[in-house]
Amino acid sequence: MQGFISLFQAAVFFGTVIMFGCVGEIITEKAGNLNLGVPGIMYLGGISSLAAVFIYEGSTDKPSSAVCVILALAASFAGAALGGFIYAFLTITLRANQNVTGLALSIFGSGVANFFGGSLNTLAGRFEQISVPVTSAAFRQNIAPLASLGIPGQLFFSYGFMVYLAIILAIAVQFFLTRTAAGLNLRTVGENPQAADAAGINVTKNKYLAICIGAGICGFGGAYYVMDYIKGTWANDGSIEKLGWLAVALVIFATWKAKNAIWGAYLFGVLYWMYLYIPGLTRASQEIFKMLPYVVTIIVLVFTSLTNSREKQPPAALGQPYFREDR
Amino acid sequence: MAKAVKKEPFIRLAKRDTMPTAKKVAVRLISILAALIVCGLLIFAITGLNPLEVYSTMISGAFGTKTRIWSTVKEMTMLACIAIGLAPAFKMRFWNIGAEGQVLIGGIVTAGCMIYLKALPPVALFAVMLVGSTLAGALWGLLPAVFKAKWNTNETLFTLMMNYVAIQLTSFFVAKWENPYGSNTVGIINQNSQEGWFPSVMGTRYFISVVLVLLLAVLMFVYLKYTKHGYEISVVGESENTARYAGISVGWVVIRTMLLSGALCGMAGFMAVAGASHTISTSTAGGRGFTAIIVAWLAKFDSATMLLISLLLAFLQSGAGEIASKCKLNSYASEMITGIILFFILGSEFFINFKLILRGKKEKEG
Repeated sequence: MQGFISLFQAAVFFGTVIMFGCVGEIITEKAGNLNLGVPGIMYLGGISSLAAVFIYEGSTDKPSSAVCVILALAASFAGAALGGFIYAFLTITLRANQNVTGLALSIFGSGVANFFGGSLNTLAGRFEQISVPVTSAAFRQNIAPLASLGIPGQLFFSYGFMVYLAIILAIAVQFFLTRTAAGLNLRTVGENPQAADAAGINVTKNKYLAICIGAGICGFGGAYYVMDYIKGTWANDGSIEKLGWLAVALVIFATWKAKNAIWGAYLFGVLYWMYLYIPGLTRASQEIFKMLPYVVTIIVLVFTSLTNSREKQPPAALGQPYFREDR
Repeated sequence: MAKAVKKEPFIRLAKRDTMPTAKKVAVRLISILAALIVCGLLIFAITGLNPLEVYSTMISGAFGTKTRIWSTVKEMTMLACIAIGLAPAFKMRFWNIGAEGQVLIGGIVTAGCMIYLKALPPVALFAVMLVGSTLAGALWGLLPAVFKAKWNTNETLFTLMMNYVAIQLTSFFVAKWENPYGSNTVGIINQNSQEGWFPSVMGTRYFISVVLVLLLAVLMFVYLKYTKHGYEISVVGESENTARYAGISVGWVVIRTMLLSGALCGMAGFMAVAGASHTISTSTAGGRGFTAIIVAWLAKFDSATMLLISLLLAFLQSGAGEIASKCKLNSYASEMITGIILFFILGSEFFINFKLILRGKKEKEG
């Protein structure tokens, strides 16, 4: 039982990071833009939040938890949305290729984040490992009275607030995309921009907003990773990049539906950490088990293309540039 | 009502037909220059180094000594080799994001040969390594291609996932082959006996790789430009329907081209392991598989341009590394600078493909 609980918790921690990335990317892709810059954007979100609270915690003797949290979230959203804006400007206004621009953004984001993550202390004239204890504690604060309710408490209430925020965001995005007029407009832009344009929907504005807001949400994933997952420090080990690509994979797994991202993210978490709970694995064979989330995504990808069901297809104009003068 | 209709937008866009080559080159050079200025200012803001000093440091970091020149050239050949491998796939508009994995698989096979087959005579060993690594890379490229050709499975995401399968496989073999035990690295393979290492020619071990890549560059140029295969690739890339109408078997072209693309990437893995690092780890490909995509795309799959862009990026990497070590900052600065330069070059394409027409100016007829 204890093994099950700890696997469940590990899966929730892991899933929350990629759920943010996935929900953000779903909004972007629904607007017809395949943004392969998700890893870079998550990096930007993570480092922005870390840098902002690092400066704030360093500047006062008694940093307030509330300010720390708000600052971290605002900075991660802003930093990530800025990355999204670069991508949007290049692909929409300058009509550069989406995939190539996304990859460049991934390189850029990981460069910026790892550079500052590794150098913030040197730049600030200090030598120890970077840390933001107050903010990290605020992010990891669980729902105290509920968390001590035995097994259900451990399973469902032992997490920081971001875990619940991710679920709420996923549900909100699902509602927005399927139940509101603005969501319908956005989907039209992704399915058939010509028709959207003819119907008087501002394609450019919709795409810009979707990409920047989507990127901002991805950025929360980076902030959650830095503040909660690795407890308010920085690691130049490329983990965020891995998680970012998994978030892109999860979009396919969830067949472009935000509600599926919730259970899909936790399932990926279970698949990723399962090797720890299977007895008799050597260090080498553990690595084979860590393939599971990727292999499962490939299988899902193949099956969705085999079944050809209309419900499960990507947005029709995904990856296509839109230039009104083209016919 | 009428007012809104009459008003002409402030700036209009029009597609250009063609641009003289000299002007194209000028636009690209200006964009690179602009990027370098932005990077210089950025480095100045962070480190306080004078921007001119920054670039002289970078040049000495990349080309200062003979060792540094060769290390820059080594980086360039790796990048160019992968880009050359990707060129046919991308020309066909097949988004092979999987070069990273194809390189790693080629590297794993090479390392395996170096470990298990070191008793073979050198010529045989090299032949086995070369054939094995290209076959492994080709297999890694074949899988997504078959699904694309048969069921139109999205290749961007399939190849992307294949990267991580390859990375985990690499971790598996690293744990299996670790030396010394418990270090979780493979270490330098055959450190003393040097079986399977590229021999030194002209005073450097990288010479053979350089010659190989230059040869590949020429062959790829001819293949894409002057052969029937190359023509079929470009037709499929322009329009699959046209290709079908012309009687080209699109599925077969896709599979054949990806076999070639994967094979060349696998060969890059062979050169990385046998020709340069003599070890294998998950960073053997080190993100070059992704960077090379951008190299191939920006060069419009032209071999000479791919070599030039690879050189530029290799220079930035070595140069930024030097700055980082000089200022005790970390070397990720090079990725940041690479990103900025790529943004600028990508953006500059717009001015090559489109022209801006200001309000009131008539579009020239012709």
